[in-house]
Amino acid sequence: MTDIANRRPLALKTLTTVFLVIWLIAAAFPFVWTVWGSFKVEADFFSRQSWWMAIEGTRTQAQTGSAFTLQGYEGAWIKNEFWKAAINTMIVTLSVTIISLTIGTLGGYALARSGYRYAFWILIAALVFRAMPHITLVSGYMLPFFELNIWGVLPTTIIVLVAINQPFTLWMLHSFFLSIPKDLDESAMVDGCTRFQAFRMVIMPVMWPGVITTGLFSFLLGYNDFAVTSMLLSQQNQTMVPKIASFLGSIQNEGNVMFAVAAVVSATVPLFILVLFFQRQIVSGLTAGAVKG
Amino acid sequence: MPHRTFLVFIAPSILAMVLFITLPILSVIVQSLFVQHEAVLITVENCTPFGCEKETRVDHAAMQALREERPLGQFAGFANYLNRNHLAVDEIGAILSNNQGFGDTLSRIFNLPFYRALSFTLLYCFVVTPLAMALGFAVALAVNTLPRLMKGPVIFFSLLPMIITPLVGSLILSWMFNPSGILGASLQSLTGDPGLSLRASPIMTWIVLLVYGIWTNGPFSFVVFYAGLQTVPQDTMESARIDGANRWEVTRFVIIPHLAPLATFVALVQLMDNFRVFEPIVGFSAEANATSLSWLVFNDLVGQDAQLFGSAASTSVITIAGVLILLAPVLLRTWRDFNRKAA
Repeated sequence: MTDIANRRPLALKTLTTVFLVIWLIAAAFPFVWTVWGSFKVEADFFSRQSWWMAIEGTRTQAQTGSAFTLQGYEGAWIKNEFWKAAINTMIVTLSVTIISLTIGTLGGYALARSGYRYAFWILIAALVFRAMPHITLVSGYMLPFFELNIWGVLPTTIIVLVAINQPFTLWMLHSFFLSIPKDLDESAMVDGCTRFQAFRMVIMPVMWPGVITTGLFSFLLGYNDFAVTSMLLSQQNQTMVPKIASFLGSIQNEGNVMFAVAAVVSATVPLFILVLFFQRQIVSGLTAGAVKG
Repeated sequence: MPHRTFLVFIAPSILAMVLFITLPILSVIVQSLFVQHEAVLITVENCTPFGCEKETRVDHAAMQALREERPLGQFAGFANYLNRNHLAVDEIGAILSNNQGFGDTLSRIFNLPFYRALSFTLLYCFVVTPLAMALGFAVALAVNTLPRLMKGPVIFFSLLPMIITPLVGSLILSWMFNPSGILGASLQSLTGDPGLSLRASPIMTWIVLLVYGIWTNGPFSFVVFYAGLQTVPQDTMESARIDGANRWEVTRFVIIPHLAPLATFVALVQLMDNFRVFEPIVGFSAEANATSLSWLVFNDLVGQDAQLFGSAASTSVITIAGVLILLAPVLLRTWRDFNRKAA
């Protein structure tokens, strides 16, 4: 379209700008505020007098001698052993991502290349499974896991998260595989490859963008989960999110909300970095499901 | 692809889903038919120099033995579904046969835990989904007019509310809405009511939860609609303009119809996700004023002394039924499309 047709009246232009600015403040300000506040003492961040104190750090200055303090982080990471939870989160999310992708690419490829009816029904079943609230599944696991004595450990949680993640992974990878022409693997097989060799050596090298995108979402699912990790992990194996939830119960009464604030900020940082580096993949992933699915 | 190869490729996936999704659903159905054992009581005689008295207490050893022997508990049939904490059939009957008008009936039904949770869950689903989609659409239209250089950073910040861990996101907002947090305090001084607290009244709690829902769900619609906007055929837009359509008419008659299939997809995904609303209730500690079906299950499972597996399981079964009802139109349409294609 030409620029003349696209030129917008001033009123509309102002309106869009104002709207966008308000939206950006709504989207970003809570994070900015909480990060800033995590370096203050509780009397400032939850000030009864005025929130201006959180900006200037009046009480922080009085209590610690400087306008910024690391007390919250010290309390969370060292005193309450948040570092253990961080390591557990790393183990769980990385394993979930790797296992999900390994079995998901195999399954997604098969679904994309099979022309039979049952492939379609498997996808529909996956859609239904995708809609199941996680906590309802968890209530099915608890008793059997207690009986089998595998409750509370990391491997159980990892496998459960992989399974819960599988429907989504299958759908996404299936639609990425569909976008790769069939001729590619068929000609490889004519040249003497087995099906698996064609998959491994011809298809996978061109699939990396799709795999990375799907991997991001598997990572997010493992990282953000609360229902499964809070119910299936014992106290000493907790990951970050249930650990933060347990802070709420035990710490709020002792006047150490700032530990929870610091922990929340710490748990947010990896997500920021993820979006910073993989923004394009996240956007394309959300769209791929929508446009093709 | 031959059946055998297909099976080999998909086996690990299917195995994982059958073991950890299908079997748990079956396990939930079985568990929902049982209740936990009644406490085994024994009477012991405590003799002190001042005489003997009888005391009744729970026999922990016997309970332990009973639990090990039959971990599921006692068979109860459909009792779990019908009791006060679930469908509350008797209570509903009593309310319907003896009440003072429609309002009274509603408020008394609303006081039953299951119906309270159900009404909030449905409200959350059907308020948050359309409003978040509208917000996402508006943001997408606005971002689309930005110069190229600005789009990247704006999209970055717009993604944050969606990407954030739900529990963490709701905690961040709940601290801001706290009476001594920045938004809570500002609201108090704006309205001039020092007692105003978002936790105090059910309506306020509901509004805050809905605001959180729209905040966290908006970006997903934004991203999908924004991508859709890039594919709107420019020729159609141009000819509509030449034919004298104004900006609003172009949006209404060219852009919106083009995005309609995407909107169906977004609505479906958002409804599924919003139906399991759970973390915000924990994050905002809103359980006194608002509960959801998922939260009821969670609450039964974290019970301090005894976990109520039967009760949690029957809520779960009802929730799963709810999901299927929600999905029914989609499934029916897919079924019909598929049969038409096959025919």
